[in-house]
Amino acid sequence: MRHIISILLENEAGALSRVAGLFSARGYNIESLSVAPTEDPTLSRMTLVTSGSEDVIEQITKQLNKLIEVVKLVDLSDGNHIERELMLVKVRAIGSAREEFKRLVDIFRGNIVDVTEKTYTIELTGPSTKLDALLEAIDRSLVMEIARTGASGLGRGERSLTI
Amino acid sequence: MNAELTGAEIAIRCLQEEGVTHIFGYPGGAVLFIYDELFKQDKVKHILVRHEQAALHAADGYARSSNKVGVALVTSGPGVTNAVTGIATAYMDSIPLVIISGQVPTAAIGQDAFQEVDTVGITRPCVKHNFLVKDVAELATTMKKAFYIASSGRPGPVLVDIPKDVSQHKTAFHYPASVSLRSYMPVVNGNIKQIKKAAQMILGAKRPMIYAGGGVILDDAATELATFTRMLDFPCTNTLMGLGAYPATDRQFVGMLGMHGTYEANMAMQYCDVLIAVGARFDDRVIGNPKHFYSEDRKIIHIDIDPSSISKRVKVDVPIVGSVSQVLTELINLLKASKETGDTHALQEWWKQIEQWRARDCLKYDRASKIIKPQMVVEKLYEVTQGDAFITSDVGQHQMWAAQFYKFDKPRRWINSGGLGTMGFGLPAAMGVQMINPDAMVACVTGEASIQMCIQELSTCKQYHLPIKIISLNNRYMGMVRQWQEFFHGNRYAESYMDALPDFVKLAESYGHVGMRIEKPEDIDGALKEAFNLRDRLVFMDFVTDQTENVFPMVPGGKGLSEMILV
Repeated sequence: MRHIISILLENEAGALSRVAGLFSARGYNIESLSVAPTEDPTLSRMTLVTSGSEDVIEQITKQLNKLIEVVKLVDLSDGNHIERELMLVKVRAIGSAREEFKRLVDIFRGNIVDVTEKTYTIELTGPSTKLDALLEAIDRSLVMEIARTGASGLGRGERSLTI
Repeated sequence: MNAELTGAEIAIRCLQEEGVTHIFGYPGGAVLFIYDELFKQDKVKHILVRHEQAALHAADGYARSSNKVGVALVTSGPGVTNAVTGIATAYMDSIPLVIISGQVPTAAIGQDAFQEVDTVGITRPCVKHNFLVKDVAELATTMKKAFYIASSGRPGPVLVDIPKDVSQHKTAFHYPASVSLRSYMPVVNGNIKQIKKAAQMILGAKRPMIYAGGGVILDDAATELATFTRMLDFPCTNTLMGLGAYPATDRQFVGMLGMHGTYEANMAMQYCDVLIAVGARFDDRVIGNPKHFYSEDRKIIHIDIDPSSISKRVKVDVPIVGSVSQVLTELINLLKASKETGDTHALQEWWKQIEQWRARDCLKYDRASKIIKPQMVVEKLYEVTQGDAFITSDVGQHQMWAAQFYKFDKPRRWINSGGLGTMGFGLPAAMGVQMINPDAMVACVTGEASIQMCIQELSTCKQYHLPIKIISLNNRYMGMVRQWQEFFHGNRYAESYMDALPDFVKLAESYGHVGMRIEKPEDIDGALKEAFNLRDRLVFMDFVTDQTENVFPMVPGGKGLSEMILV
């Protein structure tokens, strides 16, 4: 099963590689990983999407907690949460395809953020499944480039990960 | 304001503050300033090894035998890469070490400088934690953190990488009395609700079993374990890492369990109804195939300081995270206060069953053999040393025979590489043990293959007059490899023979030690007595043993605990 884990870790050189190293050393999956400093400059927040059986997920959270630089973590999938990912897609947009892309982007509530004579760059934010859905809907032969950030998420309401 | 000290001075001052008596190391370019400061003081004694791997094993032996943090000092590049085997060895067995490594100057990092490696990167998967100190102002706090992390919670090696310029730069020295890290707060006290649940389960047990591992030794909880086991009259087994946690000569001890454990220990483990795991981790060499282990219905209580050790390989019913000494003390108090008594009738029946298993005498061997049986050497070693020696070992058959036949009654006397299985560990580990226990008998039980992996340390032993007794069980084979090839690879002994062996007697003598070659069973006893009477000399005892002897019982890989091969 897919799990989305949020981790607060010390904003120190090497902390990211400890997490990445743990996953490769123990054979866990990383579907995506995103990390950036928080409002507290000594802390980074990492969102990690992984998959595995309940036993594996339990080990993953325990092993992550064991890393000295991990301050706190929560498995967002354990409860209600919101999840967003940002994607940029550059497509070949010529002739009738230009209109079609415009319509499709409107349907998905995305934005076209760069336009040239022959290309569009589409920006789309949403749960990862929505991003996948857009990619399903467009002609893949017209896709020139895709950049996705990986998921980021927060617990709903009072549920929060802070120290 | 304190006078400013260099990074090198600070590093040494930190060691002094921590009460470190000996460090084990090897100099090189990146650590020259640190060695210069070592030279100027005499509180911390430096032991010069002949290879960095040995520095780590020696620091490791020092730590295992004393419950102090072991310290090693190595230079950058090859100094570190040589040390990696020793670091990984300590990591697998949760041994508290602090490793100080030199690094190229900060400005040269990443430039492929001479003797540069990414030390923090290379060691990351085999340390509890590591640090690269980029600013001398952070050095003292980092050292404090290193000692704190290494020795608290589930212990382990911590590496501090110090670039050469940092060891040269100056700052005011202040050594913090303590540190606290918001991201690292090991749980010590077990959850009382869980402990109560465990006590209930224990009182209801009909076929109980106590399975104690290295965690009991690391936490110095042997006294608590003995009280707990005796008040309940439960059978107790120790893992390879736990030998000495419960006295081996006690009636309630059923021997070591696992791949080469006793019949009675493995059977009791398989058929118990309540299993109390204390500071142990259900290793693959301990329970064999988990599916087979699950085939019998039993409740499991698991006490461990490391949450990730719980329910990792085997699902448990009552997990208790905490220090084993604290949790056992709580349990003892609860059981003492309880009005209930356990099912004594069922317990008697269970003991009857265990005694039947014990009567199988699974460790028997041919005592009348005309060729030296390796088991007999260990038995005689036990008699001659009256069970009071520190025994280190290398890895292989000799290690298993030492574990089976030397009856360890005290913790911290059995020093071996259980997790990583590092050949070459025994001799350097014995050096560390002898350094911190100068008056103790220290023996290294080894084989002719393992001993050659760190044989250069005979030179270190000469320099520091270490009177270690090397008990080499020489069967001209990598015995354990040969045994597996015999059992599982159709007797094809691919590269497992030991050809072109040196004359170990002359080799020992060339280092100024005493060498002995023992070829007949009737000479074992006399030779051992003679060797141990040479109190101030290292004696290399080359025992010519039976080439075909195998370690029994044996649970083949992938099999279950009750599927042992017996003699």
